[in-house]
Parts: sequence; structure tokens; C-alpha cells
Amino acid sequence: MKISIKYPLALLLGLLLCTGVRAQNPTPAPQQREPLAVTGATLHVGDGTVIDNATLLVANGKIEAVGTGLSVPNGYRTVDATGKHVYPGLIALNSQLGLTEIGAVRATNDQREVGTFNPNARALIAFNTDSQVIPTVRSRGVLLAQATPEGSLVSGRSSIMQLDGWNFEDAAVLADDGIHVNWPNRNSYNWQTGDLRPNERYDEQVRELETFLQQAIGYCQNPGEGTARLLKFEAFCEAVNGNSNVYLHADEARDIQAGVLLFKNIGAKPVIVGGYQAYLVTDFLKRHEVPVILSSTQALPDSQDDAIDQPYRNPALLAEAGVDFAISHEGYWQQRNLPFVAGQAVGFGLDYEKAVQAMTLAPARIVGIDQDYGSIATGKSATFLIVSGDLLDMRSSEVEEAFIDGRSINLDNKQAELYRKFKEKYRRETR
Amino acid sequence: MTHCIRPLLLLAFLLSGFALSAQTTYPYNGVYDEPTGFYAFTGATVHVSPERTVENATLTIRNGKVESVTAGGTVPRGAVAVDLTGKHVYPSFIEVYGDYGMPEIEGGGRRSRRDGPQMESNTEGAYAWNQAMRPETDAARLFTIDEKKAKALREAGFGTVSTHHHDGISRGSAAVVTLAEDSDNEVLLKRNAAHHLSFDKGSSGQDYPNSRMGTIALLRQTYLDADWYGKKSREETNLSLEAWQNLQSLPQIFAVDSWQDALRADKVGDEFGKQYIIRGSGDEYQRLEPLKASGATFILPLDFPETYDVSDPFAADLVSLAQLRHWERAPGNVAAVDSAGIPFVLTADGLEKPTDLHEAMRKAIKAGAAPDRVLAALTTGPAQLLGISDRVGTLEKGKLANFIVTDKDPFTEKATIYQNWVQGRAFELKDLDNLDLADAYDITVGADRFVGEVSGEPGSRKMKISPAGDTTSTEVNFSESGGVLTLRFRPGKEGGFYRINATPQGEGYTGSGRGPDGRLVTFSATPRPASDGTREDDKKKKEESEEDRKPYASRLTYPNIAYGLPGHPTTRKVLFRNATVWTNEEDGILQETDVLIENGKISRVGKSLSAAGAEIIDATGMHLTSGIIDEHSHIALLDVNEGTQSSTAEVRMADVVDAVDENIYRQLAGGVTTSQLLHGSANPIGGQSAIFKLRWGATPEEMMFQGADPFIKFALGENVKQSNWGDANRIRYPQTRMGVEQIFENYFSRAAEYGRAKQAGEDVRRDLELEALLEILNDERFITAHSYQQGEINMLMELAERHDFRVNTFTHILEGYKVADKMAEHGAAGSTFSDWWAYKFEVNEAIPYNGALMHEQGVLTGFNSDDAEMARRLNQEAAKAVLFGGVSEEEAWKFVTLNPAKMLHIDDRVGSIKAGKDADLVLWNDHPMSIYARAERTYIDGKEYFNRTENESRREAMLQERNALIQASLDDKNKGGKTQTPRGNSRRLLHCNSENH
Repeated sequence: MKISIKYPLALLLGLLLCTGVRAQNPTPAPQQREPLAVTGATLHVGDGTVIDNATLLVANGKIEAVGTGLSVPNGYRTVDATGKHVYPGLIALNSQLGLTEIGAVRATNDQREVGTFNPNARALIAFNTDSQVIPTVRSRGVLLAQATPEGSLVSGRSSIMQLDGWNFEDAAVLADDGIHVNWPNRNSYNWQTGDLRPNERYDEQVRELETFLQQAIGYCQNPGEGTARLLKFEAFCEAVNGNSNVYLHADEARDIQAGVLLFKNIGAKPVIVGGYQAYLVTDFLKRHEVPVILSSTQALPDSQDDAIDQPYRNPALLAEAGVDFAISHEGYWQQRNLPFVAGQAVGFGLDYEKAVQAMTLAPARIVGIDQDYGSIATGKSATFLIVSGDLLDMRSSEVEEAFIDGRSINLDNKQAELYRKFKEKYRRETR
Repeated sequence: MTHCIRPLLLLAFLLSGFALSAQTTYPYNGVYDEPTGFYAFTGATVHVSPERTVENATLTIRNGKVESVTAGGTVPRGAVAVDLTGKHVYPSFIEVYGDYGMPEIEGGGRRSRRDGPQMESNTEGAYAWNQAMRPETDAARLFTIDEKKAKALREAGFGTVSTHHHDGISRGSAAVVTLAEDSDNEVLLKRNAAHHLSFDKGSSGQDYPNSRMGTIALLRQTYLDADWYGKKSREETNLSLEAWQNLQSLPQIFAVDSWQDALRADKVGDEFGKQYIIRGSGDEYQRLEPLKASGATFILPLDFPETYDVSDPFAADLVSLAQLRHWERAPGNVAAVDSAGIPFVLTADGLEKPTDLHEAMRKAIKAGAAPDRVLAALTTGPAQLLGISDRVGTLEKGKLANFIVTDKDPFTEKATIYQNWVQGRAFELKDLDNLDLADAYDITVGADRFVGEVSGEPGSRKMKISPAGDTTSTEVNFSESGGVLTLRFRPGKEGGFYRINATPQGEGYTGSGRGPDGRLVTFSATPRPASDGTREDDKKKKEESEEDRKPYASRLTYPNIAYGLPGHPTTRKVLFRNATVWTNEEDGILQETDVLIENGKISRVGKSLSAAGAEIIDATGMHLTSGIIDEHSHIALLDVNEGTQSSTAEVRMADVVDAVDENIYRQLAGGVTTSQLLHGSANPIGGQSAIFKLRWGATPEEMMFQGADPFIKFALGENVKQSNWGDANRIRYPQTRMGVEQIFENYFSRAAEYGRAKQAGEDVRRDLELEALLEILNDERFITAHSYQQGEINMLMELAERHDFRVNTFTHILEGYKVADKMAEHGAAGSTFSDWWAYKFEVNEAIPYNGALMHEQGVLTGFNSDDAEMARRLNQEAAKAVLFGGVSEEEAWKFVTLNPAKMLHIDDRVGSIKAGKDADLVLWNDHPMSIYARAERTYIDGKEYFNRTENESRREAMLQERNALIQASLDDKNKGGKTQTPRGNSRRLLHCNSENH
């Protein structure tokens, strides 16, 4: 493709401006060379347990050992984390981080493809490692994110990305971990009247989805044989064979049940995303071994009559019922508040370590990266945080150091830089 | 029907003094032969008026008017006698809110953003600038007889209608017409019967107003303009304003959608010396006291909601407790309004078809309304309201002969209307059969015996016949004429027909006819008693009256939705013991301290306080703070943006406060006690703010923060230049930041000129928009300016300095950190988000350190929500000032309490814990800025509006109530009641750029 430059002067000026301020993301961190020991920490394992006064040994990007009373071998850089907390790196599920930069600027939006069925669309491709939003999120403890497409009946496939990459290829931890399906709405909302009316096309839309799935199953038995290559069906093969997840976005209890049955019947692995009313069908979810990625606790109740703190309580209700669940938060820049979304649930009855687990090991298991990520255990990737205090409470949630695969991540970001810039302005004025 | 025609007509005319035929202006083709319509109706129970009933009456009418009603009187000579023995005669009903005979409303309506703006009126001619103001509409001119609709209305018992064109905010004048069909000239009784108004702009496609507050502002300005137009030597001719003035002496009827709307309308009326008659919404029972205080007469609708189909347990979740409650209580509205002493009349407007009136009216009576009050509300009430009592409403001498003939009392029983007489002309609706048929007869025809069963209503009776001892029945064709009954039937599927003529004898009938074989047969029918001795109707009645006694399953709360309070909270005397007290005063954060509140105020702060009679709350381990103040909120509002013009300084958010927003309660649970309800950011000069306390359960008026300074919303940047509105919206000025500045420059210059003219005593047209701006120039009104980028922030401060005023507060102000020094110097406060960014281009350089940097530079800094969700946890947002930029916790806490109080100039009343200040307090279970903190109790003016423990028990009770109503709904459905599909009512969550498009 030939790029014609119409305004060379403007381009030049633009480049000059860009270099005038360092509006670039920090350089990705190099591989771990020096082994590391973190001592004296309160270590939240991620599996629901906590180790007081823990020692954590890290070498070659992996966790060598974790426990109390471990001796630190020679040659290890030692971080005294006494009084501090260590957590696994947080995993932000169902996020548009890297897929959009400025919501209202269309040119920066790459999360929503046109058409009803987009299983073939891959969020991975649109994931912008150079998004200036990413470092602001990473610096609050989120080290992995599920880049997730939105919209339509089938939005596309998500991928699990680590948040310190040069490009989408080396940032991908797990490509195409599953397909996102938005269960049709039973009710359509009239913005002018505030009425929620039955969606007259609901049955039709469900049938459309069923038909599509049947076609896909047929196609996937002999992919590409005797027919033209059909990308949309092909994209579903991993999911209908049960090798990748089907992320079923549904909030109402009825939809959760209908959707789960549909996908279970074809041998797929459904995961509920949203799950506002999952607490009403916990036995069903357990019976079918379906995990739930809960949408943000920091939300309003869905209806006037609901408990005023229903979203705050949902995680505790699922924990109590024994349903596997993860906690998520909406959007892209908002992901930096993920720890507080979990903290909110703790304020409304969720066990603290369970809340940590819901952002670490639980999401890792759901998406299928728990062999390497999600908890601090020997042999796993050294992806963790050192926090001055309680990560889940903004009063003390200062992330001091963060590591992805043992690489020490630069926690600086555009916003911190602007802060310094204007601190300097005012410092000069008072001089 | 038996007609006894007396021949001496001429004599009768002479005796009664009527010699002339009715005089009309139009010519008559042929030999004049219109009879005078001299009738005498005998034997009926005549309900002359709601107060007076005459049994076995003789009613005479002539020339379309009532002559007399006498008990057992004789039929005057010359009158056509009509025997109505056993029947009831009522004055026919008057529809006070009809659109009978009006043209269809054409096209228009709300436009979508995609269409682009319509800035000007499409009405051609020298009329109002605004297309929704149509006072020139004259129903009398538009009226033409509509036979189909007239018939439908007569079937429902109406004889007279006050009709108007239901289109626009001012809908012009109504005309009173009868439902006769002779000529438009004769049926039109009165022109200019009333002026009709509404909050609905109807077919107008003009952008302004696109909000309720815009509508109210337009009404206000129209009153002022008309006044000015009447006084001033005219600079323009305006036919609408002339028409408006002519309407002002008429009854003013205002249509509303809710009890809150009724109060809104009444308030506007009060401002201009108008007492509106309110065309109500059917929910008046929810708040009777203020409605009574309004002094308005209500026109009540009878369109009660159908039962919700709640068969599917999850689909039923869509139906709210509020909807279920209204379903149960709506029929009781009439009774509730009446017993509150609020004057009312009734309308069939809103019913699917006019005849639904009867069932609705009986439902209302079953739910407690007095039948005579219902009759009055359909007859004498409307007549008085419309000033036509001299012509219709009762059957007193001289009134129009407008009446209906029924078999029973239609208010308590399912009755049949046989005839509806309008202006002395009969409209037969059903055969006036005087047949008093029994439910069943033993019939003998020749040697054969049968049983005949009668069903149906008078006029449409049916009979089935079956051989005695057999159950297979066949239909009998029968008709009656001149007292002779003619029957035709075939007893079996095969064989021939019987044809019979019979005449009454005793309780039954005898006669003769021909059998299937053509031979003469004799016939007799004698009534047979029902098997258990009671009639079906009686049984039904008994069941119904048993149902009557059922008490309501629903509660009535303040407001009447989920989480409404059982009553208004009372002022308490409370001693909080041993709390960590965040004073926001010099004392800072006090450990183990007591606080006493009484009479709505903070009375004492100290150690080991005691107070006689105080409720003692052990607050050990808990934190007591002043209530959170949200400087930027859009909850509890019907609309947020007018935004259709670059300035809408005339609109007032106080006009559209919605006291029934559940978010008020949810935010009390987050510790919020005061909020500034702001206009949105769709235009550079928005509307006037409302500052309110979250007094859950009160009326909008009662929620207002009394004595607070007036504020106004300004906005800058992407929203006001419509950057993200799509390509159709490139017309309204301004479209750039350059234009934004010029709008301000222009408006402030005009406001200054306006002020000078006023001061010079010139006869200026009062302009509410310029007055609001003039108040800014006079430091009587203060600006909260939505702003993002440093350039525009600088611009507004410079502009303000040029015009010699100060920008009070910049809200959002996400680049405030870049110009914090200038803001401090100007004296502008900054009310920002803790950490929002990246959602549009102008927030690309927003940083979460913004609050800290502004604070460090001496800017009065706060965090606001602009969001119904976030407002529930502003305490956590305050903590982000600690996290980003290291503000001390004590100072950060002021970001959501004292500092916004200062920005709103209410810090003498709220914002800190100090003796003498309002007792607006929150008791937290934990450090208030911790993510784990929950507000346990929230007080406003010393009244407890939220209590977490009570919240739990209230929710439990609510679930039980909800279930009881669902069970009642299912019961109703099982009995065959009509149902509707559940339809939720989700609240529109409004933000700065929420639009009504």
C-alpha cells in the first residue's frame, strides 16, 4: 500500500511535537537476569490462602520457591517487603483495553465489528500494545487482560494479553481463548419512555443462533472438505469441540439457563459473563460446572425492587453457594480500578482471599492459563506485585513493583509524567 | 315499545305557549314539518340530579328541552307518551376532556438527532415563534360532526362533550357540543369553553422545547410576552399572543402525567395568578395532601391498568412493586380523591373505547367511590366546570333534554342503555323491550313439553329450548312487536319448525301457531323457578360483595415505590457516643467523641456528653462524618438537557425534580445528603441548577435546599459544539471553541444592555433568559461551568473578568491542573472527577492527580459524581486523592463534603460537624474513605432517612408484599381477567450529555 503524504509540513510538525514531550509508553522490560528474593511479605497466593512473613524466590522468570523461613541464596537481589503485601498480577477479564484508545474518537475504536455473527473476528489483531492507557492500568496491578470484542450476537474471539509487550504477538499469552456470544435480549429498552418492552424478535434471534451453531457443527465435522472454506464456521470449530471457551454474556437467570443448555448440548464449554442474576441459579451452574465472570460490583441494581446493594453482594452470594467465579470490571481505562471492584465485594461479605482469588487464579483457570499464571506457586511464571499496603483499598493501594514473567515492569505512565510536568511548572513559579 | 299518540297537538302547543317552530338562520327545503318533540315519559325512576330522584315519574320534554319532572304525573295533552315503567332515566354524561369532531393530529412529533435540528416553527402566518404554542386553535372552528364517534359516545351514555384539539402545549380553546347529528350549528352549544394546556409539545417538530423544564420556561415566557404584548405599543403583530390573551378569562385546563406534574403545573399557575384545573393521571391517591393544597379541581381518568401476567416467575421480575401497587390501588383513586375533599370530575379520555366507562366506573365504586358522587362527576360537575350548568347536567326545567334510559342503576350493576336522547331527539341504542322475561319457562306446545332458557341482556336476549327431560337444546328465534311475541324454533336437528304468536298472560305467555306439520297448535309458557331459588345475577352480586371486603395487599409509602418510607421521618434527638468524629473544622478528626443532635441541628460536640431524652447510639469503633455533598448530579430529574439553543438560561432544574427516583434512596445509603442537580452540557449556557437535600419521601418542593444561592450551568468544549452528535448536527451555533466564546460575549453584552434599560426605567419586555444572565453580572447567580481543556478554562475566566464577575466553579475541569495557579488567582473552585479519562478527545490529558494539584495550588477542590452509580461511593473517590498525589486524608475527605458545600455557598449550614449546623450526618461502620466502609445511618436535618438494619427488614416486607400482589394477580388471571404482558419501567440514567432525542 502506498501512503501519500499530503501535508509533509504538518507531519513534520506533528513528529516534532511528539518528541517535544515524551508521550511514549515506557520501553518493555528486559528478561530477568538477576535472581530475586522478596522477604517478609504478607503473600496472597491467589488460591484463597495467605502466607505471613513469606519469602519468595524468583529466577529465570519463574517462581523457584515460596514459603516461610526460606533462606535466600547468594547472588539474589533482595527486596525487604516487611509490612508489605505480595499478590499475583491481576487479570482483567472482559476488557477492551488496547482495543480502543479514546471512546468518542471513532478512529481509535476497534472493538466492535459489523454483522450479526463475527466468531472469526480476533481481538488479538486489533490489540494495540502502544495504547497509552495500558501503562496507567498496569501501574495499578493489572498485568494481564483479556482483550475482548463487543457487540452483535457473536462478537468475536478474545485473547489473553500480558500488558508489557512490543507487539501483539509477543504480548499474547493465550491467543483466541474463546468466542463471545451475547445472548439476545428478551426486552428492549425504549430510551424515550423508559419502558422495557418484550423484544419481539427474541425467539427469532435465539433460533438464528441455534441454526448457526448446527451449521457450524456440521461444518466442523469435515472442515473445508467438499465445501468452500467458511471462516465463520471454521472459527467455531475449537469451541464446538470443547477446546476453547464460549463466553456467554447473559445476566438474567432465564437466559443463563437457556444459553448454558444450548452450548452444553453441543459439547461446548460455556462461561457466563455478566451473571447479574447468577445467584438465583447457583445449583444449576454447579450441576453443569459453569463458571461465572461477574460484571462489575460498582454498578446500580438492574431494577427498582432489587436489593440496593445487589451488585456489591453478588460475589459473596456466589462464593457462599460454591459457584466458580471471577470478578471483572467494565471498559478499558476503568480496569485500573479492578482491585477496588473486588474490595467493594469484601465490604459486602466476600472473604478477602477469595476476592484476591477472583482476580487471579479464578480468571486464570477460567481462561485456561492457570498452569503458568494466577497464583504464586513454585514453577509458575513470576507474575506478581509488591504493594505498599492493601491492594484492594485505595487508601494504601500503592503498587511499588510489578513483574511479568520475572521482568520488572516500568510503572511509569503518561499520567504520572503529566503530573511531574506540572509539578515542575508550579515548582518554578514558587521559586 | 308502546306509543300512545294523542291527536290534539295544536291545542297542546297553545297551552304551553309554544307557537313558533325552533328558529334557525338556515332555510328549510319543502313544507316545514319538524315536530316540536313533545314527549312524556312515564313510570321511570328519574334521576333529575345527583341529589334528586323521582320514582314513578313523568318527564316531559319539548323543543329539545325539559319541561317538567313530576311524581306520578299525568301525560299532558299533545305529548307523545312513552312508557318507561321499571326503567331509570339519568341526565346524560358530559365528557369534559374530549376530542370529538376534531381533525386528526398530523405528523411531526419528536425528531431524532439523525434528522438534524429544526430551529424555527413550521406554522405559517403571524403566529407564535414556537410551534407548540397554539392558543389560536379554536375547537369551534375545527369542529364537525363525526357520526361514528358520536354513536360510540352515546352508547357510553354521553350527551355533551367539551372538545378540543389535543395538540401542543397551549392547545387553544375548547368547544362544547352535543352528540346530536342534525347540523353543526345546532349541536355547537358553546365556543371558548376552556383553554387547554399540557406539557406535551405534540406534533411540533421544532427542537425547543425538548425537555419538561424547557416547556415550563416557554409557558412562563408566554405569560410574560402576552402581558407585554397587551400593554406595549406593538413592535410586532402576533396572532398567537392575541389569542392567548383572549383565553385567559376561561377555565384553564392542564393535562399532566403524574401527581408530581400536577404540582409542577400548579406552581406555574400560581406564578401567574392562574388556578389550573388539572386533567389528572390517576395516581393522585399517592400524594393527596399537596394536591389538595394546590386548590385545583381534578379531571380524573378511569383507565386502570390491566392485571400483569406474572405466570413466568422470571418475566414477572420486570414488573416493579410500584406497578403492582398501582394496579391494585388505581380503581380506588376516585374514592381517595373524594374523601380527601379534593373537587373532581371524571373523564372517559384514555379509555380504549368510551363504553369501557361503565366497567371502570363500577370498579371505582366498588373500590369505595360513592355512586352519587360519580354521577355528579359525570354530569353536574363538568357542567359547572365548563359554565354550562344552565343548559346541561340535570333534568331540571329548561335544561336540554339530554338523558339516557337504562334498565338498572348503571353505577352498581351492569346496566343496559336503551336510549340516549340528545336535544330532545331519540337515539335508540337497544330495543326498548318491555319484556320482563324470566330466566326460564316451562313451555307447552300442543301436547309437547319443553323448557325454554333465556340469556343475554335486554335488547339482545336469546332463548334456547330443549324437550322436557332432555338437555339437547336448540336456538329459538323470537321477536316482539306491539306486545306480541313471535317465536320460531325446531326442537330437534331434524323435523320441521314451530311458528308461534303469543301475548302476555299473568307472569307468562299464551298463544297459538302452527306446528311442523302445518296444523294449528296452542302455546303456553310459564316462568319456572331457578333450581336453587336464586337468580344467577344475585349469586354473582353476592360473590362480588364478598370480594369488596378484601383489604389492600399493597402498602402506600413515601414515595410509593420500592424502598419508600412508611411515613415522613421525624426530627430526632440523638446522642452519638464514642465515635471517631470527622469535624472538617479546626479540631480535625476527634477520637472517642460524642455528638448530640436535636431540633434538626448539631447541638454539641465533645467528650462524655449527656442529654436527657436523647436516643443513644453507641458509635464505638464507628466514624461519624457530615453528609456527602455531590456538586454535580443528575439524579432525580425528569430531563437533563434543554440544549436546543446555544443558551437556555431560562430553564430551571427545580421545575423538573423527580422525587420518586430510587437513586435518591440508594445514594442516602452511600452517605449523600445534598446534591446540586445540574442542567446538562449540550449548550454553552445551560439551565438554572437545583440544590436539594435527599429528603426521601418528600415532594420536590420540600426537597429544595431553602435559602441556597441560585446557580446556573455553563458548558464548554466537545459537548456544546456537538462534536459527537453526527454529521446532521452541524447547524446550531457554535460548532467550534471560537464560537463558544462569542456566544458568551454576545449574551453577556445583551444582558448588560437589558439591565441598563431596566435600570433606566424603560418599558422592557421581561426576558427570563436575559434576567438569569443579568443576575450573574450582578453577582446574584453563580456559574458552574463544565470544562475540560485549559484553553477554554482560561477563556471563560478572562471573559468573566472582562464582564466583571467571577466564575464560581469549574466542574469536570480535568485539565484544571494545568491552570490551577490562574484558577486560584481568579477565585474559581474546581469540582472534578477523581480518575475519569480517555472517553473523549478532550480528556486525553486528564490525570487522576488533578485534584491533588489543584488543591496544592490553593484551588477549592472537590470530587463529584455526574453519575448515579458513582455517587453512591464518593467516599471512596475521595480516597483517590490520597492515592494519586498524596493529599492528607483529612483534606481529601473535605473534597466530598466541606469543599462542595463552600462551592455551593452553603457551608454555613452543612459540610462540617459543628454546633449550630444542620444535622446532616453519616455514621460509617469503618474509616469513611476505606473501600470496606458502609454507611449505617444517614441523617438529614436530624431525621434518619437511611438505616441499614431497617433497610434489610423493609426489603423483607417488600418481598412479601410483592408476592401477595403477584398471587392476587394470578388469582385475577385465573378468574379470566384481562391481562397485560409485563413491561418494566427502567429509569433513564442521566448524564451530562443525556438528550431527549
